[in-house]
Order: sequence, then structure tokens, then C-alpha cells
Amino acid sequence: MTMIFGIPIQALLGQLLVGLINGSFYAMLSLGLAVIFGLLRIINFAHGALYMLGAFIGYLLLVHLGIGYWPALVLVPLIVGLFGMLVERLALSHLYRLDPLYGLLFTFGLALVIEGVFRYYYGVSGNPYAVPALLAGGTNLGFMFLPNYRGWVVVASLIVCIGTWLLIEKTRLGSYLRAATENPELVQAFGVNVPLLLTLTYGLGAALAGLAGILAAPVYQVSPLMGSDLIIVVFAVVVVGGMGSILGAIVTGYMLGLAEGLTKVFYPEASNLVVFVIMAIVLLLRPAGLFGRDA
Amino acid sequence: MSEAALHAERSAASVRLERALVALGIVALIAAPFVIYPIFVMKMLCFALFACAFNLLLGYTGLLSFGHAAFFGGAAYFCAYAVKAWGLPPEAGILLGTVGAAGMGLVMGFLAIRRQGIYFSMITLALAQMFYFFCVQAPFTEGEDGIQGVPRGHLFGVVDLNVTMNMYFFVLAVFLIGVFAIWRIVNSPFGMILRSIRENENRAISLGYSVGRYKLAAFVMSAALAGLAGATKAIVFQFATLTDVTWQMSGEVILMTLLGGIGTMVGPVVGAGLVVGLENTLATSGFPVTIATGLIFMVCVLIFRRGIVGEVYARWLGRAGE
Repeated sequence: MTMIFGIPIQALLGQLLVGLINGSFYAMLSLGLAVIFGLLRIINFAHGALYMLGAFIGYLLLVHLGIGYWPALVLVPLIVGLFGMLVERLALSHLYRLDPLYGLLFTFGLALVIEGVFRYYYGVSGNPYAVPALLAGGTNLGFMFLPNYRGWVVVASLIVCIGTWLLIEKTRLGSYLRAATENPELVQAFGVNVPLLLTLTYGLGAALAGLAGILAAPVYQVSPLMGSDLIIVVFAVVVVGGMGSILGAIVTGYMLGLAEGLTKVFYPEASNLVVFVIMAIVLLLRPAGLFGRDA
Repeated sequence: MSEAALHAERSAASVRLERALVALGIVALIAAPFVIYPIFVMKMLCFALFACAFNLLLGYTGLLSFGHAAFFGGAAYFCAYAVKAWGLPPEAGILLGTVGAAGMGLVMGFLAIRRQGIYFSMITLALAQMFYFFCVQAPFTEGEDGIQGVPRGHLFGVVDLNVTMNMYFFVLAVFLIGVFAIWRIVNSPFGMILRSIRENENRAISLGYSVGRYKLAAFVMSAALAGLAGATKAIVFQFATLTDVTWQMSGEVILMTLLGGIGTMVGPVVGAGLVVGLENTLATSGFPVTIATGLIFMVCVLIFRRGIVGEVYARWLGRAGE
């Protein structure tokens, strides 16, 4: 058996794959947080809850309506996105003139309610969601065994991240969005409907979280607590990356996922802590974050 | 009468009213254990001190810490461990918990004040979560069970804290000392500088204040007082568990302060009383506490940002907070 630093190479690659999967979710979620923060100046604490909502809606569609994974992949982001737009219209839009802390506190309350409702009806235990038939089984890559679904998650998350980046950097809508981030009043004066843009942005962020949720459903158990466990790690990712750049959020997400996977191989006890330790080190050396522009 | 004089008269009246209310409150707290279940009142007092300590940071310095559970729950662990495993007397255990929380506050604060605003909140949350994971794994916290059966012992070797009334008046004394300390801090020249940082950080910098040091000092004081509350709670309930270091606990203390009134002396006490009371009521009703907490959060942020006490000040006493 091939060994690297006294660790079997299979174990190392296996954990790196787990790290890459986790990193995919960190990347998708921190991307959504960065998109929302860029325009709305709100830290969306409910992002984890929206991710959980996505997974649960996928699960409920399957159990109650018999709608499978592939249609859910389209339906879930739509439903979660619409829910997000509703929240923005009814509540968040009233908070823009206030200290950004209120946005954080409101979405924190929203997260508690969403999570509380699902805990009330479904308990805290996880519900399994079967891997779709097309992606069942695995592929032997010669040096390691790759479960097909996990390979798909990595590919899908890359597509989502690159797609979102292109949407923001290369399209007309994206240019409005970036302009409104710099100076909303001026963009409004040019006749762009900025309030609508804000609603769509929150909807897009929510849809991204929902999509991450349905992608995660077959990997992790669908449980009401899956989002709150994740969101705090994603916050640390966001602090490391700095929310100034979309690309920064994506790269940092994957990097920290891999770092976590590596720690699991060499020092498993610290694997929960490593992201936070990296955050502390980055704060000491580069307070603005790796890709941050403003302190 | 000129408007300024009118305002002065009104605020003098409000100060008199406030003093009368505080005196009334202290009398009520002395009488409370004879009327209400004392353990419940002690729980309220511990959380009220916790919320006041938190408000020192949010209300008077303008820093929203999302990680105060680490100090509250951390001090509870330190105190419970010292009293149970080393056999320290309760007052030494509480002192150790407070100092431990202050030490943690120094480290966390040093890292967190490197960023401002919303980032500050996320960093404190992340660091507190790191401490939570540490507590889950460290052997001295006894994992999911927590440190159970902590002896209450004898205060200064004389007063038997196993007698409920002795315990109650000790907790009341801790609470009053803690709140008095916060009141002194807030109304000192140091407190005025904290407020100036809250109002306009850049101007405070341009006036020559080392804002970072003031923020860190406020953070450490707030952490120490939150620790004092947590360590006292560990002696009262004779255990320290993971519940007190979770992010939900950090959220709860924010809710208490927000509901009562950010930046008011009395608000956090009122808020803590209401939240603890509400949780007690809901515990028997079967309605999930998290949903209720979340709803109150949303309502407070949307339409009730001044909180109960802040609203009273604004409507009847004609001033917006302190």
C-alpha cells in the first residue's frame, strides 16, 4: 500500500474528497452570503436555514408528491428563491436605512423560526434521501474509489459557482448589480429599478442556498439542524475570504474545506476547530481577509 | 419657561422617578423569594446580570458580540470544575470563573476588534463556536453530561449556601454589585469615551483616543461580568453544561437586551425577566421555545427597536435612552 507521511494514500485521498465536498458547500453558501451582502449590506443569518429548507423541500417533494431528484433540482431553488423574495419585500426592505446589525438580528430570528418549525414537526433526527439512480454506485479511479454522486456534487458546485460569477461579472444584469453595489442612488437616477434589483438579489442568494441544500440532501441526512451547524463555519469562511470579491468567497470555501479534510487525516480531534484557527491566524496577519478590500 | 429649562426640569423629574423605581425594585427583589419560587428568581437574576454585562458592550460601546455564551458558559465550567474537583470554596470558584472569562475576553476581544461592524459580530460568533467545540471534546467538561453535582459549600467558610434563602441573598448581592459596577463604568469618564466611540468612532479617533484599547477594555469588562453571572449560576444550579456555551445562548442574551431596551440600565433586567419567564411558561405548554424566541426577535427588529424600557423612556419621560 502506498504511504504518504505514514498515512495510506487511500485514506488521505478519501478525506481530501470529503474536504472537497464540504468545501463545495462552503463555497456555494459563502458565495450567496457575499452576493447578498454586496448589495443589501445585510449578513444573512438565515442562510443556513434556507439551505436546510432546500434540503427539506426536496425531501418533502419526494415523500409526498413523488417528485424525484432531477425535477427537484429546478423546483427547490425556485421555491426557496420565491420565499426569499417574499421575506425581502415584507421585512428586509424596511431595514436598509438602519444599522446593518438589525438585518443580522432579523435574519437570526427568521432562522430560529424556520428551524423551530421543522424541529417541531420532524424532530431532530435525520431523514435519509436516496442518491438518484443515475448517480448510484461508484467509479474506480485506479488510486481510489469515487462514489459517483460525490463526484457530481463537486462538478455541480463548480458549475454553480462559475455560473454565478459569470452572471455577475459578464452580464448586463450583473453590471447593474455591481453598479448598485457601488452607488445605489446614482444607479436609481439612471432609471434602474433598484428596489426590484434588491429583491432579485436576495432571491438569488436564497435560491443558491436552496440549491446547495438539495445537492446536500443525498450526502448528509436531511435534518432541521443541518443548516445551523454549517452557517457558523461559513461565517468564518467569509471572514477569512473577505466579502469584497465573489471569486474570493468561492476560492476560500474550497480551500478551507480541503484544509479541514487534511486535518481529519493528521489530527482528527482538531478537524472541527481548524477553520476557526485559520480565521484567527488570518485576522492576526491580514485583518481585511485574504481577498478583502475594506477593513 | 424656555425649552431648555423645561427639558432640564423634565429630566430631573425622570431621574427622581428612576431612583424611586430602582429603590422599589430592590425592595421587590428582597421580598420576592418569600412569594415566588426562589430558584426561579435566582435564575432570573443570573440572566439579568448576564444581559446587563452584554449591554455594556452593545448599548454603550456599540459592539454587537455574538459570542457572549462563551464567557457565561465558560465561567460556569471553570467555577464548577474548581469547586468540585479541587474543592475550592464557592467564592473562590466564582472569582476563578470571572477571571477565566476575563482572560478569554482578552483573547477573543483582541482578535475581534481587528474588524468592525458586522465582521466583529461574525468573528465573535465563530470564536465562541470554536470554544463550544473545544468544550465538547475537552475531558474536564465531561462532554454531554456536563459537570454535575457541584457542591454549593459554605460562603467564606461560614454561610451555608445549601440553605435556599442564604443562596438567594448571596445571588442578589452578586447581582447588585455587578449592576452597580456597570452603572459606575457607564457613568465614568471612561464610559463617556465608550459612548463617543458608539456615536462616532472616527471622531473619537481624531480626538486622539486609542479606540482599540477602549474597545478591548470594554470587551474584557463585559466578558468578566458575564462570567460572574455564569459562575454564580453554576453554584446555584450545581451544574455546568454545554447548553450555556451554545450560540443559541448568545442569541438569547441579545434577545433579552433587545426586548428590554438596548442602551438602558434597566432594560436588560426587564428583558431577562420576561424571556426567562416566557421560557418557563412555554416549557410546560409544548409550544417550541425557538419559534417564540425567533418571532419576538423579528417583531422587535421590525417595529419595536427601542425595547420596552426604551419605549417607556421615549414616550413618557421624553428622552431617547441614556
